[in-house]
Order: sequence, then structure tokens, then C-alpha cells
Amino acid sequence: MTEFLQQLINGLSLGAIYALLALGYTMVYGVLRFINFAHADVFMVGSFAGYYAARHVPAGTIWGGLAVLFIAMAACTVLGVAIERFTYRPLRNAPRLNILITAIGMSLLLEYGVQLLFGSTPRNFPAVFPTSQLHLGGLTVSSNQVIVIAVSAVLLVGLQLVVFRTRLGAAMRAVSLNPRAAQLVGINLNTVVTFTFALGSALAGAGGVLYAMNYPSIDPFMGVMPGLKAFVAAILGGIGSLPGAALGALILGFAETFVGGSAYSTYKDAIAFGLLIVIMLLRPAGLLGRLTVEKV
Amino acid sequence: MPVPRQHVALLATLALAGAVTAFGGSLNAYHLDVAMNVGIAIILAVSLNLVNGHTGQFSLGHAGFMAVGAYLSSAFTLRLVPASASAFEQHLLFFAALLTGALAAAVAGFLIGLPSLRLKGDYLALITLGFAEIIRVVFQNTPALGGAIGLNGMAPLTTIAWTFGWVAVTVFTVSCLINSTYGRGFLAVRDDEIAASASGINPTRYKVVAFTLGAFVAGIAGGLFAHHQLAIDPRGFDFFRSVEIVVMVILGGRGNTLGVILAAVLLTLLPEFLRPVAEYRMVLYAALLIGLMLLRPQGVFNLRLGRSATGKI
Repeated sequence: MTEFLQQLINGLSLGAIYALLALGYTMVYGVLRFINFAHADVFMVGSFAGYYAARHVPAGTIWGGLAVLFIAMAACTVLGVAIERFTYRPLRNAPRLNILITAIGMSLLLEYGVQLLFGSTPRNFPAVFPTSQLHLGGLTVSSNQVIVIAVSAVLLVGLQLVVFRTRLGAAMRAVSLNPRAAQLVGINLNTVVTFTFALGSALAGAGGVLYAMNYPSIDPFMGVMPGLKAFVAAILGGIGSLPGAALGALILGFAETFVGGSAYSTYKDAIAFGLLIVIMLLRPAGLLGRLTVEKV
Repeated sequence: MPVPRQHVALLATLALAGAVTAFGGSLNAYHLDVAMNVGIAIILAVSLNLVNGHTGQFSLGHAGFMAVGAYLSSAFTLRLVPASASAFEQHLLFFAALLTGALAAAVAGFLIGLPSLRLKGDYLALITLGFAEIIRVVFQNTPALGGAIGLNGMAPLTTIAWTFGWVAVTVFTVSCLINSTYGRGFLAVRDDEIAASASGINPTRYKVVAFTLGAFVAGIAGGLFAHHQLAIDPRGFDFFRSVEIVVMVILGGRGNTLGVILAAVLLTLLPEFLRPVAEYRMVLYAALLIGLMLLRPQGVFNLRLGRSATGKI
């Protein structure tokens, strides 16, 4: 039982990070209907930004940690908006496949660009938040896990408020429902898309720092696997649905932690895709998604 | 009676491949090596073009089928080809090994195609990606196939004749198939699935055929690749490999066989030309990819605007 609860907490903190990434995928997909492959690398840039920011703040303090988090989020917001402005926007009306290839190109450019600038040797991410172990009964919870879960929860609630309580959030939802009709009622598509990328990238930046705190070795290719899995999570929950992405991410986090702790731990990386296939076959629209019927 | 263009091309390529092999000893080994890589890339790109370009099904899992072909044909030659076999026997068994690998890949393609083809567009792309990753993880966890280290010690059986022989057969088969009465069904499914099924074409059947055939050919390419590289490991068949093949198809112009072949040649030669600036190689590759998509969204080698430029997923 203790073992089970322990794994549950580990799964929750992993799932929370996936959720931060998955939301970026699902929002961009909702608005522009394409898989933003470069998102995973924005996440990677987030942890590199955190790494460099951590040198200039007092280590192991709450305020220092929050400053690192904030700087990484700001850097990723700028990066994400710039990527959209200079590569995706000129292709807005191109076939979706071309945008997808451009996104893959962008992803490679970021990976190898960072490798060129900072080298490919893994770096050790410093402890930016105070670290300690909490013992609750038989459970061991690291303060990092608590911080990951708390920060993610705050960001998720914040996102929910932005999307459902602000004018821009309403515009975003309108665009994802029907981009043309949204433009007809006076919504500026470019503003909405920029805003979406800003939100998604900020979350990815936070995710990058939080991930690096728990797995403190960062390299230019660290984003690839978490990125793919977060996208799987977004699909699991039903792409375009915010609560769906969070739910999918938690399910994935739990599944992966439990398989990782069992005798089949070498299959850990396959479990996400196995889940994906099962869900796609049983519920092609995802857990909370709505199936759209193609009209002739 | 006029001889069809494809038949002439097939015979010419076969003859050329045989001739190059016969005089291969006097050619630069590096050039031969690059030429074989180009040939394997063409086979992969043309086979994916059948699925992606002609039938319009976006698959991101081609490396998975390639892995099946590479692993099984290597296991075949490693286990079943005796060291004492003559060169002729070795090549005969190599042919059998390639077919075994390709058949296994085709079975994988069929099994994957059957359920996943209910899905469309991005979802299909993702599920094929998922399957390819699972294939990779399974190989990684099979000790009989070398596990994470992979297989090595294959004999260098891939020659120019084998490579370009298969290139010729692949291009011939795919272009004849597409231009046949039956093959028009693939294009119909791509252009409009609903209209196609309204006029009596069974889209699912066409999709499964395209998938299975594409996987078969990818399996051949995998076998050639394994006996050319002489060492394979699961990391060599990751997501990036699939992306590379997709990029060839997109750059060539989907559904345009000649364009896809040219793109495969270009993208295989490009890293070789960029070798002097090795550190910047991948960055330049990525930048070029983005630049080409921005400037020539219909594909570099797609000179006929219109048909394949409609770009439905």
C-alpha cells in the first residue's frame, strides 16, 4: 500500500509536467490544427534558460527558484511567439502538411542550434529551490515533487481562468470552434494565435525548469521524448480540450511510473504509445474530445 | 509496337547497375558507398510516396517497417548463411533474406494498417509513429536480436547491382501500379475518399494495400541498409529516420515520383557536401528545410503545379 501511494505521488509529479507540455500542444492544435513539433524544444530551451538564470540568483531559495521559473517562462514566451511570427505565419494558408514539416524543421533547428551554442554534453541542473525530504508515514516526498505539483496546479488553474474568464480567452475558444466565423465577428486571428503561442510556450518553459529539477541532467535533445509523450497525452484526453490534456497527462504519468516500477521497466517508453493505440481504436476522439463528422 | 517508358527505364537501370558492379573495383569506394545510400533512400522515399503521396495517408512510421526488414534479414544471414558458402550461394541466400525481411515488414504493415486506417490525418500520423516506436522498443528488449546493442557482423552483401536493381523494380512497380486501372483507385482515395467510395471504390482496401506494399518495399530497403552498414541498432530506426523519409516525399512533391527520387538524391548528398562544415551540418539542414517550405511549399521538384499542390492530408 505504501509502495502504491509512493508511486502515485511520483506519477502525479511526472503527470503534472506532462500536463504543462500537453496544454501547449492542445491549445495550438485547437487554434491552428497542426502538431507543433517545435514545442518540445521550446521546453528544452526553457530548461537551458533556467540553467543560465540560476547562476545569477541565490541558489536554494524560494524566491530565487521562482525568479528562475519566471525568467525561463519569459524566454520561452519570446521564443514561441517569434517562431510563430517568422515561420508558421507565412504558411498560415499552406497545406497543413507543409506547416508540419516546417515545425519539424524548426524543432531540428532548435536542437542542433542549442547543441552548436552550448555543446552536447549533458549539464547538471542546479538545485534552484530549497531541497529537503518530507516523511509522511512511510512515504518519502521530496520537496521538488511538492514544488512541481504546486507550481503546475497554480499554472493550470491560472490557464483555466485566462481561457474561460478573459476576452482573449473567449476569442481563443471562438477561433478553435470556427476560425472563419470568429474572424467575421471581429476577432483578430493573428492576435489570438500570438496569444496562444505565448501561453503555451510559457507553460512549456515552466515545464522545462520543473522537469530539469526532477531529472537534473539537461541536453539539447532532452525534449524529444517528453514532447512526444505529452502530445500523446493531449490526444489521449481529446485534442483541443484543456481538461482532457491534463487528464491524459496524469493517466500517462501514472501508467509510466507504475510500469517503470514493475518488472517490465524496459518497456516504459512503449507504454505511452500502447495506450495511444488502444484509446485511438476505442475512442478515436480521445477521452474528453468531441468527434466531428466530415460533411460532404 | 511502342515500348512503354517505364519498361525502358527498368531495363536501362538494371543494365547500368549490373555494369557498375562489374567495373566496381575501379571506382572510388567512397563514391560507391554514397551511391548505395542514395539508392536505399530512393527505395524508401518511393515506397512512402505510394502511401503518403499517391494514397494520401500520412504515415510517420516508415522507419519501423525498415527496422523489421533490417532485423529479420540480418538475423537470417547471420544464422543461416554458412561461412563456407560460395559468393553465388551467399547472394542467393541474401535474396531470400531480403524477401523474408520484406514479408515480415509487409505483415507488420498489414497488421498496423488494418486498425489504424480508420483514422485520418494527424491521428493516423501519430498512431503510425506510435507503432514504429513500439517496434523499436520491442527490438530493444529482444535479446535474440541483440537488444539495445543491435546486430553486427553481417557480410557486406549489398552491392550496387542489388541496390539499383531494387530501385528499378520499386520505381517500375509503383509507377506501373499507379498508372493502371486498378491503381487509379489510390489516387481517387487521396483526392476524395467520400466520392471514391460513392463510385464503388473500397477506400479501406486500397489503403491497406498501399500500406502493405509500402511496408514490403521499406523492408527490402531495411535489408539492404543492414547489409551495407553491417551494424544496426534500435536507435538507428527512430522517429528522426521516419521524418527524413517524409521530408523527401514532401520536398519532391507528393505523388510526383520523379520529384521524390530527385529529393531523395539531394537529401542524401546534401550531408556529404556539408561535411566540411560538419558542426553546422544539421543546423543548415534544418534551416534549408524551413526555407524550402516557406519558398516552395509545393515541393522543390514539383514542376507541374496544381495536382499534387492541392495538399490534402
